[in-house]
Amino acid sequence: MARQVGIAAAFSSLGPPGSRARREAIAGYVFLLPWAIGFTLFVAGPLVASAVLSFTAFDVARPPRFIGLENYINAFTTDDRFIDSLKLTFFYAIVSVPLALFGSLMLAMLLNQRLRGTSFYRTFFFLPSLTPAVAVAILWTWLLQPDVGLFNYLLSLVGIQGPKWLGSTEWAMPSLIVIALWTGIGGNRMMIFLAGLQGVPQELYDAADMDGAGTLQRFRHITLPMISPTMFFNLVLGVIAALKVFTVAFIATQGGPAFSTWFITLHIWSQAFKYLEMGYASALAWLFTLILLVLTAVQFKVAKRWVYYEGEDAR
Amino acid sequence: MSAVAANFDHERVAGGGAEHVGRQHSRRRQMLLHALTLSLSLFAMFPFIWTVASSLKTPSELVLFPPPLFPYAPQWGNYLELWSVVPFGRWLWNSLVFTLVGTLGSVVSATLVAYSFARFKYPGRDVFFMITLATIMLPVEITIIPQYILFFNIGWIDTLLPLIVPQWLGGGAFNIFLIRQFIMALPRDLDEAALVDGASYLQTLWYVLLPLCVPALATAAIITAIANWDAFLGPFIFLNTKDNLVLAVGIREFQSVGAATGGAVVGGLRRDHLLMAAATLMTLPVILLFFACQRYFVRGAVMSGIKG
Repeated sequence: MARQVGIAAAFSSLGPPGSRARREAIAGYVFLLPWAIGFTLFVAGPLVASAVLSFTAFDVARPPRFIGLENYINAFTTDDRFIDSLKLTFFYAIVSVPLALFGSLMLAMLLNQRLRGTSFYRTFFFLPSLTPAVAVAILWTWLLQPDVGLFNYLLSLVGIQGPKWLGSTEWAMPSLIVIALWTGIGGNRMMIFLAGLQGVPQELYDAADMDGAGTLQRFRHITLPMISPTMFFNLVLGVIAALKVFTVAFIATQGGPAFSTWFITLHIWSQAFKYLEMGYASALAWLFTLILLVLTAVQFKVAKRWVYYEGEDAR
Repeated sequence: MSAVAANFDHERVAGGGAEHVGRQHSRRRQMLLHALTLSLSLFAMFPFIWTVASSLKTPSELVLFPPPLFPYAPQWGNYLELWSVVPFGRWLWNSLVFTLVGTLGSVVSATLVAYSFARFKYPGRDVFFMITLATIMLPVEITIIPQYILFFNIGWIDTLLPLIVPQWLGGGAFNIFLIRQFIMALPRDLDEAALVDGASYLQTLWYVLLPLCVPALATAAIITAIANWDAFLGPFIFLNTKDNLVLAVGIREFQSVGAATGGAVVGGLRRDHLLMAAATLMTLPVILLFFACQRYFVRGAVMSGIKG
């Protein structure tokens, strides 16, 4: 009953029965329906469920048992992998994202030189980013194979005995970062930068030329500020994607050796699906999500200081 | 940022650039740039070339040191061997069903939702839209555990349903956003005229708006298809019987075959040539798709940049 009243009230707020506005609103809700159902079942519902589970001990076999904040406390006290995995994940993101952004910007600037055959080059710079993550992992595991891999062969030509790369605690992380750069430089990122570069008015460059500005000065004082919105967009998405890294690491290193590439996503996965600690894994997943949200919010806040939107100061 | 999109002109990138002849480019500078771009291209492409070459080598050729760049005689039979060693055909079929049916659902569903967001006024619309965009940020880890429990309880584990059905219900935040932006850029008079003539909303969408939205729909379809084809974590968690896997998950079988014997050696023979062949076959459709639909890729990149 109460629900019917609620719906009736909602509908009456849409306008008198039979009115255009009301019909439009009802149709709008009908078209929204697939999203509403999917969102409730597969996003909102699970979000609430994992929030509830995060306060329980739940191993699938027995019903969840409420344990209060224990999971959250354990994450910071008894779990010696959680903090480490966050550190590793952040290290990976802090090194790989700026390099990938810089590399993509450089490629975009190369393409923006309008050399003959640019569309050809663009294709080459696009393909690595399109390679399926599983294939990327396989391909690079093979290139970095310690005994017969191409990398160590090339190193042996100059008299260097190459390391075990993905199989060494020292080199596994740098190897994953190199792989991330191969897929992360170019592709969409580069195209978005290219669009940004082409949006910079030529007059600005002409004016700079008149003032006798050099290449670096033009880049520093015109290009960078003018493409800062593009940079910001790529940065926000890049950081989110890097922190979520899973597949390549899972296939190439399985988080090893000796947990040297044990990213937070691998930790959550193993708690949930290997040890069936679903309650604890939910708590970790919530912590991870909150970190992502806060980090993104902070980036938006800081962006006000360095992202330049054309026309903003004119208003 | 819409200025960026407006300024983006892909023909201009493709080579013309007459307005730049004025600026003096010395021939040497051009040559240097070409050399630089070409070597970077080679660097980007080399892992592919190496993989394809390796996939055509014999197992004993693969362990030669120094490694030969190209196989002595291309072993096309490696690709046939895939089918006999693992249920490769099944995986390929599963991947295709997941990719195609999922993508179709995603685009259909995203179009309906985008139409709702773009053309109708109702309480809560903007809030719902913001929520949709916010879901882009969520890591899968936060929803996948309850999803697993849900799918387990309704008997969907080890089927493609958990991978396909959600795509029919919503279609993904990015697609909704992409198509909504596109519809909003179309003049409203178009649908007003159709509605005045007595067309229903669905007819207006189908006959008036959709034909104009083809570029956005194609972009959404391509991006979704690639994401489905690549997807690993979901299929890895929701599928478990060997015959029911998709390519991305199944390919690991070769890896574990190697790992189980401590050195990728089975019965005295390495299986890496099969791993390389499988990786090549998995990458090939994506590359072909790229060549067939390059302009939609470019458009997708740029349209996704608009919201920055």
